[in-house]
Amino acid sequence: MVRLVAFLVGLFFSGMLLIGLGDTVIKAIQEPAQPSAEYEFHETPLAVSFAHDGPFGKYDRGQLQRGLKVYSEVCAACHSLKLVAFRDFAALGYNEDQVKALAKAWKTEVPSINPETGEPASRPAIPADKIPSPFANETAARAANNNALPPDLSLITKARADGTAYVYSLLMGYRDQAGYKNTEGKELLKEFPDAATPPGLHFNPWFANLNIAMASPIVGDDQVTYDDGTKATKEQMARDVSAFLAWTAEPKMENRKSAGWAALGFLIIFTVLAWMSYKTIWADKKH
Amino acid sequence: MSTVKKTNGTGEKPVKAPKTAVAAALNADSTTSGNIPAEDLRDDNNDQAPGVRRRDFIHIATVSFAGVGAAAVAMPIISQMSASADVRALASIDYDTSEIDPGMAVKISWRKQPVFIRNLTPAEIEAANKVDVGALRDPQTLADRTKPGKENWLITLGVCTHLGCVPLGAAAGEVKGEYGGYFCPCHGSHYDTAARIRKGPAPTNLVVPEFAFISDTVVKIG
Amino acid sequence: MSFPWAQEYKPQGTVSKWVDERLPLPRLVYNAVGAGYPVPRNLNYFWNFGVLAGVALVIQIVTGIVLAMHYYASIDGAFNSVEHIMRDVNAGWFLRYAHMNGASFFFIVVYIHIFRGLFYGSYKAPREMIWLLGVTIFLLMMATAFMGYVLPWGQMSFWGAQVITGFFSAIPLVGEPLRQWLLGGFAPDQAALNRFFSLHYLMPFVIAGVIILHIWALHIPGSSNPTGVSIKGEQDTVPFHPYYTAKDGFGLGIFLIFFVAVTFFAPNMLGHPDNYIPANPLSTPAHIVPEWYFLPFYAILKAFTVDFGIPFTGIIIVPAKLMGVLAMFGSILLLFFLPWLDTSPVRSGHYRPLFRKFFWFGLIPSLIVLTYCGGKPPYTQWVVLSQIAAAYYFAHFLIILPIVSRIERPLPLPNSITEAVTGKPLETAAA
Repeated sequence: MVRLVAFLVGLFFSGMLLIGLGDTVIKAIQEPAQPSAEYEFHETPLAVSFAHDGPFGKYDRGQLQRGLKVYSEVCAACHSLKLVAFRDFAALGYNEDQVKALAKAWKTEVPSINPETGEPASRPAIPADKIPSPFANETAARAANNNALPPDLSLITKARADGTAYVYSLLMGYRDQAGYKNTEGKELLKEFPDAATPPGLHFNPWFANLNIAMASPIVGDDQVTYDDGTKATKEQMARDVSAFLAWTAEPKMENRKSAGWAALGFLIIFTVLAWMSYKTIWADKKH
Repeated sequence: MSTVKKTNGTGEKPVKAPKTAVAAALNADSTTSGNIPAEDLRDDNNDQAPGVRRRDFIHIATVSFAGVGAAAVAMPIISQMSASADVRALASIDYDTSEIDPGMAVKISWRKQPVFIRNLTPAEIEAANKVDVGALRDPQTLADRTKPGKENWLITLGVCTHLGCVPLGAAAGEVKGEYGGYFCPCHGSHYDTAARIRKGPAPTNLVVPEFAFISDTVVKIG
Repeated sequence: MSFPWAQEYKPQGTVSKWVDERLPLPRLVYNAVGAGYPVPRNLNYFWNFGVLAGVALVIQIVTGIVLAMHYYASIDGAFNSVEHIMRDVNAGWFLRYAHMNGASFFFIVVYIHIFRGLFYGSYKAPREMIWLLGVTIFLLMMATAFMGYVLPWGQMSFWGAQVITGFFSAIPLVGEPLRQWLLGGFAPDQAALNRFFSLHYLMPFVIAGVIILHIWALHIPGSSNPTGVSIKGEQDTVPFHPYYTAKDGFGLGIFLIFFVAVTFFAPNMLGHPDNYIPANPLSTPAHIVPEWYFLPFYAILKAFTVDFGIPFTGIIIVPAKLMGVLAMFGSILLLFFLPWLDTSPVRSGHYRPLFRKFFWFGLIPSLIVLTYCGGKPPYTQWVVLSQIAAAYYFAHFLIILPIVSRIERPLPLPNSITEAVTGKPLETAAA
């Protein structure tokens, strides 16, 4: 009885799947899927390497400090960094006083309440504060940005596939759409005349749907002045801020890797010992 | 290592004649030893001491290694309960005392605990200094509990040293107790104008946190 | 214990004796996983995975309990509390990554454990109850893992909850009310998050309870073995301790090396980037996928594309959506009937030439294809592949296995485990 029912159920499911298979194939022949501009012209992130890559990689403190400078002078006008506190900047190599000074000098102040009137007010940040957001709320952010919401950047490199390279590629990826050809030599507007970027958006093949609301934030060399004298080329700034955002997303990465090596070393010794133990116990037992 | 390899070697082939008593005991193929419980022979190591000691050493090393590993894993599991980085970052606060008139006190929050900042009147200072320090339960002078030149600023935790209630006396109109300082309503501890314990169950004076005046009026607590 | 030669617990010293007479817990442990449990001597490394699954559960419970000390089940606070754990809690990043990857490793280990059972016929008499309890554990694990994935309240959490509770809306008549009852609302929200947290905390202990039953049921017939031949005598077995405790210790070391390598060096490899975006009920990610361990079932769900009805009349009896949901649950529930579908008296796949071919060249490839296609967008080639693989999956268990077990001519079995191992016949009990 069980086997009879099973046979019928199996026949039904498998049969429906095979009918579905036929249906899928017929439909695919009758109405083949239309190629889309996003599918054909979206680029995967550029190959770019950082000091913190790989199982031994450590953050380059100088680069992170430069990246912070790019973030604070360029990105911070629109993008929040809600999950990072000023005190966390100690990990970039700043001492306590420098962290305090950074917090105090931050362009956006921390919302507070006027102790006398109870009215909303603001005060300079202290190290314990999270980085204040440039907009009070989502509505304000959208109102100031042509109804686009600048995402919080704290986790951006973990929230995108191959995130650090993605941020770098996006920053370097603004192109003139007229006459744009991808690496296969296909011209976008010839293949997809309807894919012209709508007004108010900006063409960027590294963005998921090719049209991003953000105008190229890095407009030219020396947009920021680095304290360590590094020449602030566009490429350098994109690279530094990408590294900085890798740090904001994964501030404990160095602890993680060093703990990982300790744990692996320990486990390998343990496993060898356990193997010897196992072999000793089974030495005279054929199995 | 050589011992281990050798025993492995014998383990690969069917064992015809077990060399040691342990081998015989562990080898259930051998019909002669089939009825001897392995347990009984395991500790009987007089004759084949080197091999057995070597084996015991491996087992002991393995088990101790596992123990060390378990202890290492226990560390983060225990330490996660202590104060996290954001809590530790709030360990010090600055407070501007310019608004507190003599005779008044404020109750502020520091490390999620109440702190009393009291601006003592000359009469209160005098009352505190008149007390015979040697007779106190927790002998301290007012000068011990304040900063030089700022003797009128009495800063204490608002946590009764008995069982942790918040004493009354900081806000205007609250009972100040028999000694004009603070009074804990939970179990009746009376503190004087220097917040020293005078009567009741509390064992010590109200705790003075670490603090410093970073300007004429701003005090940094913690 | 059913083996007369099993060693008996002998308490040493007065304290042990005193305890043994009042609460024989040490005796229970001794008989369950100590020297008092005789185990076939020929188990291979696939038999390590039961113990490893237990270890994985312990890892999940321990890390989970400490994470719950820092997590808030609130739609506004959940995401940030997870990041608070990652950034500010002492060693919080370690605990969270260990829990997150621990779930994946739990499934890896359990899948290998299940496939070991499938290949070596561990579900057959007299071990049906062990198998039924095992499938129950698997279902509980899936529910627990799903609810745990919702807790960080990222985009995949939210949309996963939306899609998976949406399965229930496929049920005729009661579907939509049932879904709203499960969620406590019209969409995943505070009520759903809170109950998922509560249940996610509870279920592991239910799993632990069923595991105790699973092990209890195991100790009635004793462990199976790669030959599938029953234990005939003492020489077929060794005591669990020290033989298999030592082997499991070694297996544990290997398991932990893999676990540590992923947890510390590629902790987000098995996760999805979208779950680092806070949940947004107004915007669906471009491509919703469940965690990797659900992909084969997700592929089965998506493989049903046509309604079942009476041709040319437009009457639909079972819509495609409902059929997909039924098939997805059915693909797991059919495992409950496996002991009665595969009627071959031979347990081990080693001695079943035909079964073995279907296992290695049918079932395993179809599951690999389903896992791969489950994570792909619905383009024609992936739909076609998953339809073929899903059709095979159902046919394998419901049609092929019952037929194979009838027509197959098994290879000659060894007379005993000892004979299979040593080449020498087992000494009779008299010797």
